[in-house]
Amino acid sequence: MIASNDRLKWPLSMVLVTIILVPVMAGLSEILLAAMGFIPALGQYSLSFDAWHQLIQMPGLGTSLRLTLVTGFGATAISLVMALVASCWLYDGLRGRWLRAAIVPILAAPHAAMAIGLAFLIAPSGWLARLFSPWLTGWHLPPDLAIVNDLAGLSLILGLVVKEVPFLLLVCLAALSRLSVAEHLKVAKSLGYQGADAWFKLVVPALYPLIRLPVFVVLVYSLSNVDMALILAPSTPPTLAVATMRWFYDADIQRLLPASAAAITLLVVMVLSVLVWEACVSMLGMLNRHSTQQGLRGTSWLLLQRLLVPTMLSLCLLGLLSLLVLIVWSLTWQWPYPNALPTVWSLRHWSQLLGDVLPASLAIALLTSCLASIMSIAWLQLQENAAQQGRFEWSKLTLWLIYVPLLVPQIAFLYGLKVSFLRVGINGGMGAVIWAHVLFVFPYVMLMLQGPWQAFDQRYVHVAASLSKPPWQQLWQVKIPLLLRPILLAWAVGIAVSISQYLATIMIGAGRIDTLTTEAISLASGADRRLTGMFGLLQLLIPLLAFVMAMLLPRMMYGHINQRAAP
Amino acid sequence: MSLQLQQLTITSRQAQPLFASLDLVVEPGEIACVMGPSGVGKSTLLDAIGGHLNGYFGLQGKVLLNGIDVTNLAPDRRHIGLLLQDPCLFPHMSVADNLAFALPALNHDRQHEHKHEKGFARLREKQRRKNLRREQVVQALDHAGLAGFEKRAPLSLSGGQQSRVALMRALLAQPKALLLDEPFAKLDPAMSHDLRQFVMSQVEQQGIPVILVSHNLEDAKAVNGKVINLQS
Repeated sequence: MIASNDRLKWPLSMVLVTIILVPVMAGLSEILLAAMGFIPALGQYSLSFDAWHQLIQMPGLGTSLRLTLVTGFGATAISLVMALVASCWLYDGLRGRWLRAAIVPILAAPHAAMAIGLAFLIAPSGWLARLFSPWLTGWHLPPDLAIVNDLAGLSLILGLVVKEVPFLLLVCLAALSRLSVAEHLKVAKSLGYQGADAWFKLVVPALYPLIRLPVFVVLVYSLSNVDMALILAPSTPPTLAVATMRWFYDADIQRLLPASAAAITLLVVMVLSVLVWEACVSMLGMLNRHSTQQGLRGTSWLLLQRLLVPTMLSLCLLGLLSLLVLIVWSLTWQWPYPNALPTVWSLRHWSQLLGDVLPASLAIALLTSCLASIMSIAWLQLQENAAQQGRFEWSKLTLWLIYVPLLVPQIAFLYGLKVSFLRVGINGGMGAVIWAHVLFVFPYVMLMLQGPWQAFDQRYVHVAASLSKPPWQQLWQVKIPLLLRPILLAWAVGIAVSISQYLATIMIGAGRIDTLTTEAISLASGADRRLTGMFGLLQLLIPLLAFVMAMLLPRMMYGHINQRAAP
Repeated sequence: MSLQLQQLTITSRQAQPLFASLDLVVEPGEIACVMGPSGVGKSTLLDAIGGHLNGYFGLQGKVLLNGIDVTNLAPDRRHIGLLLQDPCLFPHMSVADNLAFALPALNHDRQHEHKHEKGFARLREKQRRKNLRREQVVQALDHAGLAGFEKRAPLSLSGGQQSRVALMRALLAQPKALLLDEPFAKLDPAMSHDLRQFVMSQVEQQGIPVILVSHNLEDAKAVNGKVINLQS
């Protein structure tokens, strides 16, 4: 259809490959070389397995690995089940419309802000303990309990679940709009299947392939995240990702060897985990098919739903309370235990903000997200053109490549990327940080925009073409205005992702570029909850503002014509 | 002006032709009617003529417009109008904007001509053209019996009204041929009859070749041109 753009295809894909794939590959190969003993910085140029020997001798390696697997798999499985149950609850009978609005702050909140808020909420000295003390618990001092940083990693699982359930729920709802769910449910019910029963037997098998990629992203993030684990996971020993980061930054430069080996280990763990996950899913699918063929009609799914929906709602409440406690702490001057609320309020910390942290964060987020949005639109349009001309293979293959940065553990290639950058003379500048952010922002924006873009009704474009409008007008005057809402939402997600970047900022920025997230995380280990709360809150406010803008702007622009202006 | 199909065949990805190869000449002012069972590829045929065919299908043969081969031309360069079963009015534009969108842009040559004019004169010329465009839109709406609907939202109009706006939109682009893809199918019988009369009269005034796809015998009876039965 939009044929004249076709000659742009190769240059553009080259640019995208250079921007996205080359950094990942360069970073990975750098780390791989280091793990194999080639570290010029240490004067080592020969193949050796020293790195691996040292890694195996690291104390607590087994515990780290176990902690990583338990939290990663646990959080992903719980989040997915919760999201599926919740989407059924929302979809079947149009209940809980308010929930969609309620999860927006949790979606917008960076992982670190959520972790900080949760820690402030559930810690022995946290808000929950204060609310129920001393009248119920009898505590006049915070009890000596390891609730946060517990050895089993339960608080990390909780934090991940609270953050990922809304994300997966959003992804499910977006994917569901591409299936004809309502009709299928109606038919299934007329055949005597209960709603939740039909949901898991009919809808979920059709839904899962559409959300496979986001589920992988959640799995990889849960297994390899550093920002949440630094705040919520135990520290002796920490998760494998945190341990790897510590070794990379150890004062003893020899630790680079086990660090590189650990990074590669994490990568292998990731690949195996994805395979194991898929094996489990296809096994469950087989069981499901079996029970479908038997024609069994049961109420066990209904029971699960009755059980899990309240759990899910309380998790969302927990998430919202965690964000609320950030607001309270950022306005606190004195808050002696066990008062339920601060005794002295103050705005004094906010004056400490007059540094360059806020402008730097804003500039990086805005630039990155706008860049990523433009790249996504260009990419999707070209992909569509290719498909229009019958070259489906090109579009399918390249689409997976975009998501590589999300499917590789950050820690496994960012340190290597930093070394590669140094090698070509890029030394921790703003540009390098923006580039590193784009690696992660672009795939997320694509993830958000891809569904609505592909679901777009092509007849509008055909009509525009039949009115002799050239391709750029078809895109600019018809397609983009009609897709403005999803485009802006994807842009807002981009802002949220950029604001939340921790490793990409400190590693590529060489510690010289401070953002709200790096400040919040470095403060989180300190004692000043007021300052931490303020940075955590700001981390949340900027993406939230972006989301509000994304929702209001289309209404302001096209509201006078029609409420349904932007589908 | 005539629209001519020469040995036109459409094949699916498995290289299976959808229907026997088609030869057809539609004269100016003639409305040819393409009939056939559902799924035979009537809409796909219109997609091929208009240039909207997607890569799943292959196309053999030629589409000639006034003797010029347009088979490999991009759809926006063919000047072949399109009216679908759904009116597909752009929901983000008012009714008037939908029509103004269709009007050809200002002629570049004429802009060049007036380049020497400066300041006020140029502004006045610009205003004159703007008024001219607005007038054309008002006239078109008047024509469609929808005077005063300029600022309305497309989705606030009834189905028949939307279809009439869609037809005016297609005609304002000054197409050299027009393709109608069951534009009356979704309307109730009375409305469908009215709209059919309206479309016929408009098309006759324009004197352009038209292909109408339908599975309604009444449509075939009403048109003045050839009737083709597509068979798979």
